[in-house]
Amino acid sequence: MQDLAVLFKGNNFQRLMGGLGVTLELSLISVALSVVLGLAVGVLMTLKNPVIHALMRLWLETVRIVPQLVLLFLVYFGLAKTFNLQLSGEAAAVIVFTFWGAGEMGDLVRGAITSIPAHQRESAAALGLTKAQSWRYVLLPQAARRLIPQAINLATRMIKTTSLVMLIGVVEVLKVGSQIIDAARYDAPQAAVWIYAVVFFLYFFACWPISLAAGWLEKKWS
Amino acid sequence: MDTEFMRKFLPMYVKAAGLTLRLGAAGILLSLVVGAVCCWVRFAKVPVVRRVAGAYIELARNTPLLVQLFFLYFGLPKVGIKLSAETCAVTGLTFLGGAYMAEALRSGMEAVDPVQNEAGLCLGLTPAQNLRFVILPQALATAIPAIGANAVFLIKETSVFSAVALVDLMYVAKDLIGMYYKTDEALLMLTVAYLALLLPLSIAFSLLERRLRHAGFGRAV
Amino acid sequence: MEKTVLEIRNLTKRFDGAGVLNDISFSVREGEVIVIVGASGCGKSTLLRCINRLEQPDGGEILLDGKPVGGGDMVAVRRQIGMVFQSYDLFPHMDVLGNLSLGPVQALKRPKAEVEAEAKAALARVGLADKLHALPRQLSGGQKQRVALVRALLMHPRMLLLDEITAALDPEMVREVLNVVLDLARDGMTMLIVTHEMRFAEAVADRVIFLDGGHIAEEGAPDQFFHHPQTERARQFLNTFEFDSIKKS
Repeated sequence: MQDLAVLFKGNNFQRLMGGLGVTLELSLISVALSVVLGLAVGVLMTLKNPVIHALMRLWLETVRIVPQLVLLFLVYFGLAKTFNLQLSGEAAAVIVFTFWGAGEMGDLVRGAITSIPAHQRESAAALGLTKAQSWRYVLLPQAARRLIPQAINLATRMIKTTSLVMLIGVVEVLKVGSQIIDAARYDAPQAAVWIYAVVFFLYFFACWPISLAAGWLEKKWS
Repeated sequence: MDTEFMRKFLPMYVKAAGLTLRLGAAGILLSLVVGAVCCWVRFAKVPVVRRVAGAYIELARNTPLLVQLFFLYFGLPKVGIKLSAETCAVTGLTFLGGAYMAEALRSGMEAVDPVQNEAGLCLGLTPAQNLRFVILPQALATAIPAIGANAVFLIKETSVFSAVALVDLMYVAKDLIGMYYKTDEALLMLTVAYLALLLPLSIAFSLLERRLRHAGFGRAV
Repeated sequence: MEKTVLEIRNLTKRFDGAGVLNDISFSVREGEVIVIVGASGCGKSTLLRCINRLEQPDGGEILLDGKPVGGGDMVAVRRQIGMVFQSYDLFPHMDVLGNLSLGPVQALKRPKAEVEAEAKAALARVGLADKLHALPRQLSGGQKQRVALVRALLMHPRMLLLDEITAALDPEMVREVLNVVLDLARDGMTMLIVTHEMRFAEAVADRVIFLDGGHIAEEGAPDQFFHHPQTERARQFLNTFEFDSIKKS
């Protein structure tokens, strides 16, 4: 237990928090880009055009089936080699997570739009609302209630997935944790179990409140 | 593309894919067991244990597998608990997957109309018979899409196993990139290997899902 | 004098402190058909559900063939009391034959071949001989309810509880279901029926029980209840089914 003290030695704690900051920053940028792109992608996905439909489908299936770590490798190592484009790990991470997140978000948006029953559209029209008015007052509020909890869940998945970036050399919370453990391997041989437990709970307390909020909204709006 | 190189290292990929598949399958099956137990504990309202199951599900769902594995593989040995890399991998995958499977099964159970339970009881079935013949077939049919999605998700998650020194697909690819600088070939084979593993699984589950939906019971999730 | 099949003594049930059933007592003789009527929320369904313990009563006693119901083995009691619900409670993952044979084969451990032969014959009697292997979703609402009735009957119950079994049906299907119930009544099946079909109630009932605010407000022969109700509450209730006096002015 006394090896946990390593956490507060020197500036270790600040460094770990800094690592968490990198994790959250990468997640936040990727989530924000995914939401913006995903809204557009989702609308594209509802179009009947067969070419767009097939392309969107291919994109979605790709990000669903290929592991995020493989995508990271493809972008980080593959782009560097093929196009002689030396990306930083952070840039590769944002590209991959946005590519993945925008696809998933797009599908959520598509699901939310198509889930509105046809009779809602019809009764809005029957009330004499214009198309814009029925979207504004009837259809979008219903779609949003379905979309928002799912989008929040996607955000927690993206935060968790950010842990992968240490495997392409980004120094985030898990990597900082390993560095602290390495530096203290003689003074505090048991530090590993404590530091990794701390990192575990840091992730937990970053994601859990967001999951709770999603669950709460889902229950409230269902 | 250096096809000679690719042919030479193909057996390494095949072996690594075998490892991924073996550990992934073990993790998925154990996840289903853990998930079923958690789901049962929550539905049967077993006191205390039910809270523990709830806490476990929240912990597992809100933390990354990579961090769980670091704790198991690098942390625990320092306090005298030494597990092999494979044991760590399967334990971590089960810890993560059990929570997801529990949620999939729970939503399946909740989708069964309560009147079905009553109808079974009114026929004089015992609670166990009712579960077996009336409730479970319907709950599982509803849960199948989510179980399938979880299975694909868990196989994808195995890609972090290389971090605990298991020679999986990622490990082989990284090795080949590092040693021979054959980046394109290594990455192509890596991607193809994962597609070969996951595409059939994904297609099989969507066919099963379509058949179940065609059978016309259970709600879409 | 016929035997008493079911006896209810001082039955009480509360939800969140509010009384739904207060001190209900009556008995059902063998072969008797009792129809329970009353406004929505008067506790009719709760009464039926207390009898086979889908709801736990808060007080009183229920006796089936003189033996108290509850406490111990509810499975055995439920095997003797058939129940059909308002919503379609057929098992959607089994065909009609599977639905019909599940109870007799699994609960009563009867030989499968014997049960299936009986199921076929019973299905033919309600005009559904060709639906043996249909799935519930392929049946109309009226057909589903007829299958549900046959399913309950194949358990050879001491009595049947019918909980608004036509309430979810389109009007043209109500008749085909009620005809089956009328046939059962003629064959001497003991039944406790909750319904909103007043004409049917009058035709099938040996006795009518009018529930109001969780009490038995009035009880009597159908002739008397429907044409000469004794209480003001019963008159008001029966009036809600009359449209003759209403005119578009």
